[in-house]
Amino acid sequence: MASILAFAEARTGDLRKVALETVTAARQAADGSGGGEVHAMLIGGPGIAARAEMLGRYGADLVIVVEDAGLQHYSPEVFTATLAERLRSGGYRAAFFPASAQGRDLSPRVAAKLKVSLASDVTGFEIEGDSVVARHPAYTGKVIVTLRLKGTPALLSLRPGSITATEQPRTARVEKMAPAMNPADARVKVTELTQRGATKLDLGEASIIVSGGRGLRAAENFKLVEDLAAAFGNAAVGATRAVTDDGWRPATDQIGQTGRLVSPDLYIAVGISGAVQHLAGMRTARTIVAINKDKDAPIFKIADYGIVGDLFEIVPRLTAEIRKARKDH
Amino acid sequence: MEMRFSIAADRKSLDSAGLKYEIGDFDGYALELGLQLVEKQGGEVVVLSVGPDGVQETLRKGLAMGAARAVQLKADVVPFDGIAIAQALAAELKDGGYDLILFGRMATDSANGTVGPMTAELLGLPCVTSISQLEIAEGRGTARRELEGSAESMQFPLPAVLTIDEGIARPRLASLKGIMAAKKKPLEVRPAQLGEAHLVVESMALPADRPPGRIIGEGADAVPELLRLLQNEAKIL
Repeated sequence: MASILAFAEARTGDLRKVALETVTAARQAADGSGGGEVHAMLIGGPGIAARAEMLGRYGADLVIVVEDAGLQHYSPEVFTATLAERLRSGGYRAAFFPASAQGRDLSPRVAAKLKVSLASDVTGFEIEGDSVVARHPAYTGKVIVTLRLKGTPALLSLRPGSITATEQPRTARVEKMAPAMNPADARVKVTELTQRGATKLDLGEASIIVSGGRGLRAAENFKLVEDLAAAFGNAAVGATRAVTDDGWRPATDQIGQTGRLVSPDLYIAVGISGAVQHLAGMRTARTIVAINKDKDAPIFKIADYGIVGDLFEIVPRLTAEIRKARKDH
Repeated sequence: MEMRFSIAADRKSLDSAGLKYEIGDFDGYALELGLQLVEKQGGEVVVLSVGPDGVQETLRKGLAMGAARAVQLKADVVPFDGIAIAQALAAELKDGGYDLILFGRMATDSANGTVGPMTAELLGLPCVTSISQLEIAEGRGTARRELEGSAESMQFPLPAVLTIDEGIARPRLASLKGIMAAKKKPLEVRPAQLGEAHLVVESMALPADRPPGRIIGEGADAVPELLRLLQNEAKIL
């Protein structure tokens, strides 16, 4: 029976949430296509093997651990060579990657090395006999393209948040594997990894995002958005392109076609009119709340719950009510 | 402005009537970066595209911005499969003697972001994707790329392949002089040696409509109702 390989992304020694999503997807694919095994590949510096157990909890039957002092940081060449070597060894029906910054870098390289095709930034998939059917949002999110992917192994990268990481516990076997090339021989080297505010929750991993637009009128008023996010306890702060272009927020906070594409459980748009370019980045959120003074703003066409009015009155009230609601629980 | 947009009768492609070829957002940053590097360090920029004759208009825009020459790898239909496109590009680029091969980090239409790193791998060249800063000196480069919540600096030797994110360089507008000059610059056309596509478009559809938006109230007085809905209907809090 063919197995499915899942790339378990880690950073600075910890698994990223997308690693659990990728393993969950691989588990679904294996169970839905005759019950093959899920093999998770975990690559990192000394100590990374300790993360293997967690991958078993999310459905990996086998964790392939590649532990090397030269792999504290991502190495595109070593990761590519090692994944390709493992996939070449045969028996893999498909390989799943996250469509994260690292997964988007790595998966096309592995595909090219194996000369197989890759369906990228996939939001849903089914294995149908000898092909995989995958859905991919394109054209600024205005079209959902259904793709048929033939060949073995089929490579897919999954949009973060499109699959909910689900525990399916088993005790994973662990197999050590040496990197397929010496990390010291890599031509491209990460020389620095800068953490932006270690406690800051990433937009792709947050289940709640509070986002601000031009309606906030000035950079300092983003405090309202930050306070609301803090009230939820587990929310990240995003922004529109207009706001990041003006330097009110860093470019990395931008949600939209040219920024981050997010699918949180709850997206609160504060003072955002809803330009097409912004909607492309967040329209797949499960629940959308919009607060805007203009009742004709396009954001209200897709908001599950819209409130028309002065955000400078509404947002502080909402922040207070959320705090109160969370305290009561 | 909302562009005219509809899916063609075959349900597998877009209705091309009224669609215009443009340099993609990220490709524009890549081209501008290339032009700035050449202005500082010498050399020339070549613009390359795979596609039907419609892309010649796009290539001419690149020439008008300052590229020295253009190459169209002619393909009446551009496959959706990145590896098929990357094979055509690698065949064209392998003996080109380029110091840098720059791509946008993804096409804004198909939104795959795979062709750049695939081409690099086929050419056996070092590659850094989705970069937002670049320094080149003495045959080596340092690039910064944004990750989720952090950033990586990467060092690499030339020649190399880079894919370019937003923010690195705002594309210049072509001057009238540039537009006139572009008409005389060489634009070569060769057949694209596309690889076989194993990833094909089966259908295209408009995304499932979200339920129509609902305004639940006005002003701060609507906040309690919002909380009730988030708790009882959306089951979020």
